[in-house]
Amino acid sequence: MSEAEMTAGHHAGMMEESPYAIPSGKLAMWCFVLSDAVTFSAVLFVYGYLRIGSTNWSTPFQLVPSVLNGIVMTFVLLTSGLTMLAAVEAAKAGRTAAGTRWLWATCALGALFAGMHLMEWRHMYEEGWRLFQNPLGGSVHFGAAFFSITGLHLLHVLGGVIALAIIALGFPSGKYNRIDVEITGIYWHFVDLVWMFVFPLVYLMNAK
Amino acid sequence: MSEATAHSAVHVHAPPSGFIRKYVFSVDHKVIGLQYYGLGLVAVVIGMILSWLMRLHLGWSTLAIPGLEKLSPAGAPGNVMTPEYYLSLMTMHGTIMVFFVLTNAPFSGFGNYFLPIQVGAADMAFPRMNMMSFWVTLTAFLVLVAAFFVPGGPPLSGWTAYAPLSAVGAEAGPGQGLGQTLWGVSIAIFCVGQLLGSLNFIATTLDLRTKGMSLARLPFSTWAWFITSVIGLLAFAVLLPACILLVLDRAAGTSFFIPGGLVISDRLQPHTGGSPLLWQHLFWFFGHPEVYIAILPAIGIVSHILPAFMRKPLLGPRVLISCMAAIGFLSYMVWGHHMFVSGMNPFSALLFSVPTLVITIPATIATLLWIGSVYGARIRFTTASLFCLGFISVFISGGISGFFLAQPSIDTYLHATYFVVAHFHFVMGVAAIFAIFAGTYFWMPKMVGRMMNETLGKIHFWLTFVGVYCIFMPMHYLGLAGNVRRYAAFTDDYLVPLIPVHQFITIAALITGAAQLIFLYNLVWSRFRGPKATDNPWQATSLEWSTTSPPPFDNFGGRQLVVNHEAYEYGVESPEGDYIMQTAPETAKAH
Repeated sequence: MSEAEMTAGHHAGMMEESPYAIPSGKLAMWCFVLSDAVTFSAVLFVYGYLRIGSTNWSTPFQLVPSVLNGIVMTFVLLTSGLTMLAAVEAAKAGRTAAGTRWLWATCALGALFAGMHLMEWRHMYEEGWRLFQNPLGGSVHFGAAFFSITGLHLLHVLGGVIALAIIALGFPSGKYNRIDVEITGIYWHFVDLVWMFVFPLVYLMNAK
Repeated sequence: MSEATAHSAVHVHAPPSGFIRKYVFSVDHKVIGLQYYGLGLVAVVIGMILSWLMRLHLGWSTLAIPGLEKLSPAGAPGNVMTPEYYLSLMTMHGTIMVFFVLTNAPFSGFGNYFLPIQVGAADMAFPRMNMMSFWVTLTAFLVLVAAFFVPGGPPLSGWTAYAPLSAVGAEAGPGQGLGQTLWGVSIAIFCVGQLLGSLNFIATTLDLRTKGMSLARLPFSTWAWFITSVIGLLAFAVLLPACILLVLDRAAGTSFFIPGGLVISDRLQPHTGGSPLLWQHLFWFFGHPEVYIAILPAIGIVSHILPAFMRKPLLGPRVLISCMAAIGFLSYMVWGHHMFVSGMNPFSALLFSVPTLVITIPATIATLLWIGSVYGARIRFTTASLFCLGFISVFISGGISGFFLAQPSIDTYLHATYFVVAHFHFVMGVAAIFAIFAGTYFWMPKMVGRMMNETLGKIHFWLTFVGVYCIFMPMHYLGLAGNVRRYAAFTDDYLVPLIPVHQFITIAALITGAAQLIFLYNLVWSRFRGPKATDNPWQATSLEWSTTSPPPFDNFGGRQLVVNHEAYEYGVESPEGDYIMQTAPETAKAH
């Protein structure tokens, strides 16, 4: 190997050769997750701040259908976390075909979650909820908080679904390797984790 | 080449040949660094012209400024600016200076250029993302500057964009329509650019260090850029959603930051239940760390440059790095000290006051380390080292007023006065600018391969150094005398006797500003006519001096460097003289 090749291998070749153990892509994804967690915290802080300051907060969610729907959505998303885990394990073990199948399963579950969420949005919209409007006459911040928090999360889910599809398409041909699958996994689990804050704070705490 | 390296190695691309790929849409961190620096230069010229316009108006409030009416017919009828237009100029001055100068030049500019070289890497960890971060930042700048040319002109709610003024829309005054929306969009875009940049800096520092470059051997500047990246990663992550919510308030009818019952321009606003304080909390949770995003790279650059001209290492290098980390950590706990007069619970004020005073401890330790190191050193007085010493001076001058402002009881009196203007211009603005100058005179030989003119540099330094003290020292007295800030003129009240002080400051600002033309001339002249720089003109030790001036596309011409030494081994005996380069062989150390 020439000197230039050694440099390349050292910097970004096979990730195991990195003297500092963490592949750059993975490190960057962890940093992004950290930063994104702060973003979600800020939005949840806004929700809490305005809710505590309100005297007429609405708690419109019925157990059926809203909370039940939320529970099913949570179940779907958590299951997608499991399939993602299987995808990462398969990729690590070099079982490319299985890994790809699990990636598509995760992608499908993510899309299902997003679909259910959009249905729920439509339902709320038909009831008269807007970013700036509360059909029950209570604080207008309910709609603002609900749509902005779940909207931010939904954007993350949709971004994840697209990323999963891209990785799943390129994984069999070797365009993306197991590290890329793992990086997508970190992101997907984070989206999963955020929902575990959003669901109780936005759904359960607003149940009738 | 093996297959494994071929498909994932981002660093083995050949140098681009076309002009566009080489200098415009370049993935080379050095070109991107210069692009950031250039953007900072354009921004600082605009920002300075704005400050001139403001200063002229503050000294002579009826003075007609030729051409101003062309820029804004409504804002300056008869070439005399309206009070609203003064506020617009102030808002744009603050926003451009804080975001596009103080954040761009010392962090993104020098950081992009020198961080990969100082760790011994061929490029950033994600070169394409790096290119994207610059173009995103440039977009943010263009969106902001567009506010000058929209109906109503630029926003007038200050660089802090306090709600509800910033949130209600065009009824709140000229510039509060489209101009303010552009501000929110621009800053949100800027946040994205900074997040991309921070990710890159962190991954590069941790992952791409060359053989032997342990964390302890990293230069101070690299440490500072790294710590700043971590701060930026968490701070801009809050400003981004805050700006989006602000734009939602303006465009989608939400009431996040607008209270109920608000009457503006005789109209009851259709908003209920929001909180202006909420905006302040979100903004300052970002805003205070932002101060350190501006000053930490400056601290790092100065600490990096000083040893090369003292010919001895700084005292307590590990302590200095710990101080920078401590400042970064504490920066998240003090945002409320910007809000002592906001109507926040006074007990919270106490809570924010204590960590603010605690933060002065690492800052003071760092200062004492510089002074202790400089004491007794036989300093080589170059322009770069003069600007480093100037930095220490203004850092102390600006820092001392911080002790006063950290205390709620004193701040209540001083907060809305020129005392605060003096404080943050010294400690954040001028200090960081001095570090940018020091970095420019120090690194320009490396960046363009030519030396800058020292005589012009020294004239530039002394005029600037004396100038900034003439501008900002009197502002402390203005503040103590009760001169409120953000007023366009002081024509018929108790502040009239202070107008001569304002006129003095204006004259000083004009002269100091004009002195910067010497710097610009020096920069351009040296770029084309300056004497050729050797690889290591300052006999310095860190890795950027181990390569040619300017460095080749892959920084070290295909060599893999091996680092054997600490970053600052000055004042020792070695074959080269009184210093040992980081790349020198192990045996070079004399015992």
